Amino acid sequence: MSTVQTWRSLLDAGNVDHDEVVTHARVRDVELPYGAGTMALITLDNGFDHTKPNTFGPRGLLELDDALDQVAARDDLAAVGVTGKPFIFAVGADLKGVQSLEDREQAKLVARLGHDVFRRLGELNVPSFAFVNGAAMGGGVEVALHCAYRTISSGVPALALPECFLGLVPGWGGTYLLPRLIGAANALKVIIENPLNQNKMLRGPQAYDLGIADVMFEPADFLEESLRWAAHVLTGEVTVERAEVDTGKAWDDAVAQARWFAEGKLHGAAPAPLRALDLVAAAKDRTRDEGFAAEDDALADLIMSPELRSGLYAFDLVQKRAKRPAGAPDRSLARPVTKVGVVGAGRMASQLALLFARRLNVPVVLTDLDQERLDKGVGYVHGEVDKLLGRGRISADDASRLKGLVTGSLTKDAFADADFVIEAVFEEMGVKQKVFAEVEAVVSPECVLATNTSSLSVTEMASKLKHPERVVGFHFFNPVAVLPLLEIIRGERTDDAALATAFATGKALKKSCVLVKDAPAFVVNRILLRLQAEILKTVEEGTPIEVVERSTNPLGLPMSPFVLMGLVGPAIALHVGETLHAAFPDRFPVSAGLAKLVAAGKPGVYRPDFTFDPEAVALFEGGTSPSTEEQVLARALDGLAEEIKIMLDEGVVAAPEDIDLCLILGAGWPFHLGGITPYLDRTGIAEKVTGARFHS
Amino acid sequence: MPRTARDVVFVDGVRTPFGKAGPKGLYAETRADDLVVRVIRELRRRNPSLPADRVDEVAIAATTQTGDQGLTIGRSAAVLAGLPKSVPGFAIDRMCAGAMTAVTTVAGGIAFGAYDVAIAGGVEHMGRHPMGEGVDPNPRFLAEKLVDPSALVMGSTAENLHDRYPHITRERADAYALRSQQKVAAAYEAGKIQPDLVPMAIRSQEKGYGLATRDEPPRPETTLEGLAGLKTPFRPHGHVTAGNAAGLNDGATGCIVAAEDVAAELGLTAKMRLVDYAFAGVEPEVMGVGPVPATEKLLARNSITMDDIGLIEINEAFAVQVLAFLDHFKIADDDARVNPWGGAIALGHPLASSGVRLMMQLARQFAERPDVRFGLTTMCVGMGMGGTVLWENPNFEGGK
Repeated sequence: MSTVQTWRSLLDAGNVDHDEVVTHARVRDVELPYGAGTMALITLDNGFDHTKPNTFGPRGLLELDDALDQVAARDDLAAVGVTGKPFIFAVGADLKGVQSLEDREQAKLVARLGHDVFRRLGELNVPSFAFVNGAAMGGGVEVALHCAYRTISSGVPALALPECFLGLVPGWGGTYLLPRLIGAANALKVIIENPLNQNKMLRGPQAYDLGIADVMFEPADFLEESLRWAAHVLTGEVTVERAEVDTGKAWDDAVAQARWFAEGKLHGAAPAPLRALDLVAAAKDRTRDEGFAAEDDALADLIMSPELRSGLYAFDLVQKRAKRPAGAPDRSLARPVTKVGVVGAGRMASQLALLFARRLNVPVVLTDLDQERLDKGVGYVHGEVDKLLGRGRISADDASRLKGLVTGSLTKDAFADADFVIEAVFEEMGVKQKVFAEVEAVVSPECVLATNTSSLSVTEMASKLKHPERVVGFHFFNPVAVLPLLEIIRGERTDDAALATAFATGKALKKSCVLVKDAPAFVVNRILLRLQAEILKTVEEGTPIEVVERSTNPLGLPMSPFVLMGLVGPAIALHVGETLHAAFPDRFPVSAGLAKLVAAGKPGVYRPDFTFDPEAVALFEGGTSPSTEEQVLARALDGLAEEIKIMLDEGVVAAPEDIDLCLILGAGWPFHLGGITPYLDRTGIAEKVTGARFHS
Repeated sequence: MPRTARDVVFVDGVRTPFGKAGPKGLYAETRADDLVVRVIRELRRRNPSLPADRVDEVAIAATTQTGDQGLTIGRSAAVLAGLPKSVPGFAIDRMCAGAMTAVTTVAGGIAFGAYDVAIAGGVEHMGRHPMGEGVDPNPRFLAEKLVDPSALVMGSTAENLHDRYPHITRERADAYALRSQQKVAAAYEAGKIQPDLVPMAIRSQEKGYGLATRDEPPRPETTLEGLAGLKTPFRPHGHVTAGNAAGLNDGATGCIVAAEDVAAELGLTAKMRLVDYAFAGVEPEVMGVGPVPATEKLLARNSITMDDIGLIEINEAFAVQVLAFLDHFKIADDDARVNPWGGAIALGHPLASSGVRLMMQLARQFAERPDVRFGLTTMCVGMGMGGTVLWENPNFEGGK
């Protein structure tokens, strides 16, 4: 029985429980110009608008197969075309359906069905054309790759093979067809590099430049001009010329280069990219059948892999939970923010001022007691605005608007009509309380007072105010313009209106907000510091730093422990560590080595050229019972599991999903770990340390 | 400052295939502005020697100027078509003569020296914008008997015309309509219509994307018997039927108009030279007779007679209205000079777009007929008007 028949009987028997949003394949005859004959044009359309893009599940694939049956049975056609619905071509496999697969056999059936249907496009007895009119990802790109010719709209906002980002390979023909079309080097950019670089997407012109499409047309009459071009190809008026693909050394070099890149990023922690690399490496010598069969196997293995499950979990978090924060009050309670005050004019304050001005487009006033610092702060913002202008990111009008919005004041009187004032002054409770009291003397009773503290208690900071209910924590991650996470902290007396205003403001700043209880160091820092504490303990026991640095490689974290410490800065790491030590002395001992490092004024254990600074390393030496890499990692993970369990018990966040979201968005922790709790579950660490899994 | 009027030429014209209005029509799920955009882009493609920034104006007509025909459609379509933002545009309305008025208006501007090159055209998506959508006639029209109550119902004005000219019978109207269908079928067969059609992508949720490549309204299978059996929806036992009138249609047209010297400088073709134009008003309840006074005015002003006219493209809103014109000028119903490739009864009449269709067809015929010096495009207009444009054939070989 063919895969197609197997699926038909599975579906007929009701053996597929997942509710699929079916992407229909509508076939319609098109009379091509210049007497080129009739094209059967297949439109992929799931019947919804662009906010619900076309995806491929079994039913949709079978509909496409039906369409191709219909087309293949005719002898009056000159060509077959495929296009999408407005703004969307197709964005790949139906991930919900993938998630519901239960065993490898089923997974392999999905892999084979995609191949068996898509490959028909390249094996009809008339030429096939893909008209990539809009967003195309994964299986959508592969549909196009199976066609003989491709046109692309210059308006395509995103084209990508994001499979490796999620934990899959582009295995419906992608790893075989793409390198053979555009060469291994370009193909690996799309298959490996972009997915591992925060899942970067190509725009239409970039995809065209890589050779993914034969010709590009403007969106205004993309389909008409694509059909005209197709007619010209069919009549011989246009000859499609493609660069010849080098299947010799260049191919192998490209694979080696990409392998080096993936290793550097992941240290083998995620299987998908390596599997994709193997497929591309071998694709140059394989027949189509061999290539597709190898893809089937890879997909079947990966679909059942825990890394993919974690990847899909993480994807769902950033796509859905990040947009609807758990525990946020009703957004109708939010008050409008028409002017913002920033207390302080240091680097952080200036960055915040720029962000607020750019995203909210409201006046932002910086205050400082020192005219020079104030000038410097405002000057920084204006300088950054000029940089944006110079890079063509904003227009000259936008630049003058932004500069006009950001001003400085020596007194807090300028805050009188502000709706939201955020402080970014020295991390000391007394200083912050004083600042808030001064601000309260000027502003309306409803004005939200936000603190960017990374470690101090929001409740305590509010405690001496007349209106403590207006105070929220608004914890950004550095660099604030880049990292998407915003921890929003509810103090004990914070009211819903202030909190709703904070969430609305965070959303307007284009940040993903997570609601956090007022607890020491909140979420990301507490977890990173617990990890650091465990690791520093092993260092002080005598484990060499280079061993420690390798110990977290199996996780594929963005940075090793001491590289991260260098980025954060030892002084800040120590300061937050001390806060946590004060709260939880047993679990967060203060590292003597770190204290010495700070006292020595060292920026870390690395020198700028990433070699170890022997003087700095020496500060940590003296222990006599070194651990192995495995032991270090085991202790670190045990510590994480314990800390997360305690945080959940304390109610720091609503659910383990929020912990993971914070780690993914605030610390760049990878999808294949699902943040961390799915990983702790699947490795048994959660159960061993806490007695239960984080997820049932 | 002394000023010399400049000669104005019709450079090139294209249109979308016309569709039938309504939920089953070609363009049921296609926007009106997209039709215009496609026309503008095709004009640019067909005339690559015209730098986009030399377009001084985009005048697009629509009778109903709301929704996808709103937002001052000449400007919005220009932006959507990718013309430089420096190119201005506007919307224009004279109901059925919208596109004709767009051409005469920019032509006036060119002759005056205000423009060198302009794009003019029209659109009507009667499926999305049925005739009379959103109108609010002033009650004084009826209270003071300024117009007859039938004046706003175009079919009724056609019945009124039969009353005024009792010798124009239903049989004559049907026979005229049949010939229009036959002439269009023959013109299609001979490939006369297709060169100026720009294929238009059409989408249907149910059927997917398609491509409109031919006019949808023509009914080459029409017979006299079939026509005779049609109902007369505007009057019991009346004369006007769906068969001897233009239908309700969707479509867009556009053309490039330029100063003759600028066209030469830019290497643009000059398919017709504009000689003069005239608009005239008549009683709104017999609006179909409008082309008669407009044409009379034009001929008189240019000291020529109908005998000097070699080709006439008259819009066929209703057969009776064409016949009234022919009778007035003593032209036979089947005179070969009149609509040689058929007319709106077969091709359709998306109101404000039709004026340029007449010009496109006349321009093609001029190219084939160097023996003809002058041609007319003429049409009747709702609210009681007529418009006529006199064109000279640059291919005319004189007495040779």
